[in-house]
Amino acid sequence: MKVLRLFLSSPAAVIGFALFLVVVAMAASADLAYPGDPLDLAGRPLQWPFTNPRFPLGTDVQGRDIAAVIFHGARVTLAIGGAATAIAMTIGIAVGALAGYHGGLVDEILMRLTEAFQTLPNFLLLLVFIAVFGSDIATVILAIGVVSWPASARLTRAEFLTLRSREFVQAARVLGMRDLPIIFREILPNALPPVIVYASVVMAVAILLESALAFLNLSDPNVPSWGNLIGTGRAVLRTQWYVSAIPGVAILITVLAVSLVGQGLNDALNPRLKGRP
Amino acid sequence: MRIVLLALRRLAASLPTLLVLLVGLFVLLQFAPGDTVDALMAQMGGGDPAAADELRRFYGLDLSVPVRLGHYLWRLVQLDLGYSAIYGKPVAEVIVERLPPTLLLMGASLAFAFAGGLVLGVFAARKVGRWPDTVLSTLGLIFYATPSFWFGLMGIVLFAVDLGWVPAGGYEEIAGGKTGLARVLDVAWHLALPTLTLALIFLATYLRIMRASMLEVMTLDFVRTARAKGLSGMAVLTRHVLRNALLPMVTLIGLQAGTMLGGSVVVESVFALPGLGRLAYESVVQRDLNTLLGIVFVSALLVIVVNFLVDLLYARLDPRIVS
Amino acid sequence: MTPPLLSIGDLTVALPRGADRPFALERVALDLVPGEIHCVVGESGSGKSMTAMAVMGLLAEGVEATEGRIDFRGCDLLRLDEAEMRKVRGREIGMIFQEPMTALNPLRTIGDQIGEMFRAHTDLSGPEIAKRVPALLADVHIPDPAAAARAYPHELSGGQRQRAMIAMALALEPAILIADEPTTALDVTTQAQILALIRELQERRGTAVLFITHDFGVVAEIATRVTVMQNGRVVEQGAADDVLDRPQHPYTKALIAAVPSLEPPPRPRLAASHEAALTIDHVSKTYGRRGLFGASKRVVHAVRDVSLSLPRGATLGIVGESGSGKSTLARLIVRLLDPDRGAIRLGDVDIAALSRRALRAQTRHIQMVFQDPHASLNPRHKAGELVAQGLIVHGTPRKAALARAAELFALVGLDPAGVDRYPHEFSGGQRQRIGLARALAVGPEVLIADEPVSALDVSVQAQVLDLLVRLKTELGLSMVFITHDLRVAAQICDRIAVMRNGEVVEIADTVDLFAAPRHPYTRALLAAVPGRHWIPPVPERRIVGA
Repeated sequence: MKVLRLFLSSPAAVIGFALFLVVVAMAASADLAYPGDPLDLAGRPLQWPFTNPRFPLGTDVQGRDIAAVIFHGARVTLAIGGAATAIAMTIGIAVGALAGYHGGLVDEILMRLTEAFQTLPNFLLLLVFIAVFGSDIATVILAIGVVSWPASARLTRAEFLTLRSREFVQAARVLGMRDLPIIFREILPNALPPVIVYASVVMAVAILLESALAFLNLSDPNVPSWGNLIGTGRAVLRTQWYVSAIPGVAILITVLAVSLVGQGLNDALNPRLKGRP
Repeated sequence: MRIVLLALRRLAASLPTLLVLLVGLFVLLQFAPGDTVDALMAQMGGGDPAAADELRRFYGLDLSVPVRLGHYLWRLVQLDLGYSAIYGKPVAEVIVERLPPTLLLMGASLAFAFAGGLVLGVFAARKVGRWPDTVLSTLGLIFYATPSFWFGLMGIVLFAVDLGWVPAGGYEEIAGGKTGLARVLDVAWHLALPTLTLALIFLATYLRIMRASMLEVMTLDFVRTARAKGLSGMAVLTRHVLRNALLPMVTLIGLQAGTMLGGSVVVESVFALPGLGRLAYESVVQRDLNTLLGIVFVSALLVIVVNFLVDLLYARLDPRIVS
Repeated sequence: MTPPLLSIGDLTVALPRGADRPFALERVALDLVPGEIHCVVGESGSGKSMTAMAVMGLLAEGVEATEGRIDFRGCDLLRLDEAEMRKVRGREIGMIFQEPMTALNPLRTIGDQIGEMFRAHTDLSGPEIAKRVPALLADVHIPDPAAAARAYPHELSGGQRQRAMIAMALALEPAILIADEPTTALDVTTQAQILALIRELQERRGTAVLFITHDFGVVAEIATRVTVMQNGRVVEQGAADDVLDRPQHPYTKALIAAVPSLEPPPRPRLAASHEAALTIDHVSKTYGRRGLFGASKRVVHAVRDVSLSLPRGATLGIVGESGSGKSTLARLIVRLLDPDRGAIRLGDVDIAALSRRALRAQTRHIQMVFQDPHASLNPRHKAGELVAQGLIVHGTPRKAALARAAELFALVGLDPAGVDRYPHEFSGGQRQRIGLARALAVGPEVLIADEPVSALDVSVQAQVLDLLVRLKTELGLSMVFITHDLRVAAQICDRIAVMRNGEVVEIADTVDLFAAPRHPYTRALLAAVPGRHWIPPVPERRIVGA
C-alpha cells in the first residue's frame, strides 16, 4: 500500500504507467479496431497520413494500413517483451540465487557461465541463434530471453551474497531451518525488489532487440512488427519518411513507458534514495 | 608493475570463460541445419553426393563431435577461423578487412558518450531537483528509449537529405581516391552521424550513472571532511568527489563493450558501413556460419581486451585494488 | 572564569517538515573556554552531533538554525556567509569524525590530504608543505611519518588513520578542535591511545576541545566540563567531577546509573567439579582463500586451538577486540561455521561432528542472540511470526506456535499485542527483546549471546542486560556472552576468557580476572578501559538483580 502511494506520488511514474496502459489498450483492441490481417493490402500504397480518413496514419510501400500495423504490432511487441523478460528473469533469478546462496564451486561455475554470456555481444549471440534455429516468433522470444539473463543473475547473486550473511538469515539457520525455506521465505522476498525493478530494464532492452531484429528483416516475417515496418520504410526514406518515422515513435513511447514505470518502482521500493540532498 | 600483474591475472581468469563460450558455440552449431559443405555446394550450384562426401572428409566433418571440437579449438588457438565459402577467402582475412571501420566507430562513440555523459552527469547532479536536472534526465530517458536504427534513419532524413550536411551512408568517398589528411577528414565526415547514432543510447546511460554516482559520493563522509577543512565547493567537487564518482563510469565501459559491438551491427547496416557488424548481418542472411562464428570469436576477444584495459585504468584510479 | 572562546546561545535548529519532530535542537546554550575539554554527552537523537555541525556551518540541506547565536572571536558564526565561514573551518576550528576509514578520501594519499589544509588556507610552497606534513604526522606519534604520508588510507590501521585525521585537523593550529565520537569505532586499547593523544596535544597547544560522545567512561577519562543533552535540549551542565559524581538532573542520574561498573559484584564461586553444559575442545578455524590457480594463498587463523568449558547455569564471557576471533568462535559453536578441528560437546553430543540433518534436530538445545537489532530480524515477517519460527521448524503447529509467541512477548517484557507488528515498528531495545524471545522459543539450554547490547544506547542496554540475567536465572540457562566491553563483562559473567588473534590468552573467574589479571594483554585491556578510576556514584539499582 505504501509502495503504491509512493509510486503514485511520482509524476514520471504516473505518466509512464499511463503511456503503458495506452499501449496495452492498443494491443487489446487491435482485433476490434482493425479486424483482419494487418499485413494484407488495404489500399493504394504510400498515402501520406491525414490525407485519407480511412488511413489516418497513411499506408506503406505495400499498401498496408500503418495504423493497423501499429495496433497489431503493439500486441506483438508486448508479447515478445513480456515473454522474453519472463524467461530472462526466471533464468537470471534461478542462477543468481543458486550461485549467491551456495557460493564455492557452484558459484564459480555459474559465474563463469554468466561471464561467458556477458563477454559475447548479446545482439551477435542473438544473430547466431537466429542463424541456427531460424526466425519464427517462438524462437525469437526464446533467443531474446536466453541472451538477456546474465545481468539479472549477477544482480540476484549480489543480493543473495549480502543477505546470506545477514543476521536474520543466520538466525533462521540457527533455528534449524532448511535451505529451501531459507532461500524462499527469508532471502528471496528481501532480494526481489531491486531485481523486479531491473525487470523493466530487461523488458526495455528486449523490445529494442526485437525491433532491431525485425528492422534487419531477421525476425518472423509473418507477424506485424514495428521494427519491420521501419525496415520497409527505408526504401522510400527520402520521400515518404513517415513510413519509418511513425512506428519508431511507437517503439520509443513503449520503451519510455516501461523505463518510467521501472524508475517509479525503484523510487517506491527504495525510498531511502528519495529526497537526498 | 603490480597493476599490470593484477590486470594480467584478470586476463588469465577470462581464459576459462572464453573456453566455456567456444564450447557452447560449437555445441550450438551442431544444431544448425547444413554445414560448410552444404553452403559450398549451394554456392557452386549443386553437385553430386560423392563430391560432397569427399569435401566433408577434406574438412574433417566426418569425424566424431568431440574430435571435431578438439580440431576446432586447436585451429582457433592458431587464429585459424576457417574458410568463408561466400567470400572465397579465409574468414580471418575477411574480418581483418572489416575491422577498422568498426573499431573507429566504437572508439569515437565511446569517447563521445563517455565525455558527454560525464559532463552532463556532473551538471545534472549539481542542479539536482531543479529544472536543468529534470530536462537532462528526461532527455536521457528518451534517448535511452530510442531505437538506434530509427534515430539513424531520422538523422539521415534531416541531416543528409534535407540539410545536406553529411553523407547518407558509406565509409569514404570511393571515387575520390583521397590520401593523407584529406582522407582522414573524409572518413570523419562520413562517420559523424553514425557515431552520434551509436553513442546516444550510451550517452544516456553514462549520464544517468554519473549523476547517481555523484549524488552518492556527495553523501560520503570524506566529502564532509573536505568541507570541514574549509575547501570551497569547487575544490570539494574536483579534488574529492569527481575521481570517486568516476569509478562506476569506468566499470561501465567494460560492461558495455559488448553491447556497443552489438549496436554497431544495426548502425553499420543503416549507414552502409563496411564494418564487422554489417559483415555479421550479411553472414546471417547468407547463412555463412563460419564467418559469423569468426566474428563472434573476434568480438569476444575484443571485449576481453577492452576489459583488460578497463582493469588497468581502474587500478590506476583506485589504489585499493592493487593491495 | 576566563571568557569563553566559543559561546553558543539559545541555538534552535529546525528539521525539515515531515521529520519525526519539529526541532533537532531547542535553545541550546554552551560555552567553550580556552584550554578545556568540554564533553557533550547524550544518547542517540540527543542532538549532540547536530550541535557540532551547527558550529561548523555544515548542517544538512533543509536543516536550519532558526534562532540563537554562535559567538566566536567577536562575530556570530550563524551570520557569516559561505566564503567567510570557509576561512573559519579548518583554520580556526578543526574537526575529526567517528569513522577514520570513511572520513578520509580513499583515492588520495594521507600526505596529500593533510597538505590540502595548507594549500587551501596558506600561501606555503609545495616543498614547504611537503616538509610540514611528516612533522605533523610525527607529532601525532605515527611511526615512520614519511611513509605514512605516502600511504593511502586503506594501508593504515584504524588507530593510525584517526591519528592522521587529528594531524590534519590540527595542521593549522586551530583554536578549537571539535571531535565527534572520535574513538567510538576503535578498539579499546586504540581508544585509550587516541584519548591520551588528544589530551596531550590539547595540553601542549592549549586548544579548546569540544568532544562529542555517548560514553560516560570516555567523559570520565577526558572531560574537564560536561554538557548533558537529551532530545535536543541541554539538561545539565557543569564541571566534570560534579556531573559525574553528583548528577542533579534525573536524566543524568538515570544515565549514570545505567553505566555498568568495572567492579564485578560479589558472586558465588564456581565449583571446580561443576558439570559442564558446553565444552569446546581444541577447536580451530582458518580462513584461506585460494587463488584461481592455487596462487596467492592467504590464510587467517581466526580461531586457534581454543578449549573452554561452560559450567551449567553459569555465564562464560568471551572478551576481546575486533579480529580476536570471538565472533567466529560464537558462530562455530552454533555451527554457522564448520570448525576445521576439535569438538564442541553439548552434553554427550559432539556438535562439530554432526551431519546437517542431525544438527537441525540439535538446534533446539542451543540458540543464539545477535548483535544488530536492525539486521537480525527479517523485515518482511511480523514480529510474532519471527518468534514462532523456531517452534514451527521443530514441528509445533502454526497456531500453537503463534499463541506461544504471544506468551514469549510477555516474558521478554513486550506487549503481546505487538505480535502483529513488523520489526521496523519497534525500537532497538524492543527488537533485541524480540530476538531474545525468538531464541528462547525453542527452549534452549545454552544461549550464545554475540554482543547483544553493543548497538544499544546505555539506558536501553541496562534494561536488556537486566532482562537477560533475569531470564537466565528463571529458565536455568547457561550462557556464552561475547563482548568487547569489559564493564558489561564484569557485571554479567561468572568466568571470562580473554581472546587475542584467535587464541585464548587467559581464562579466570571474573572476580579474579579483574582483581589480579595474569596475562599482560589482559592487563593492557583493563588499563585501557576509559574512566576506569571513576566509580559511578552509588546507583539506586544495580544491573545484576540476582
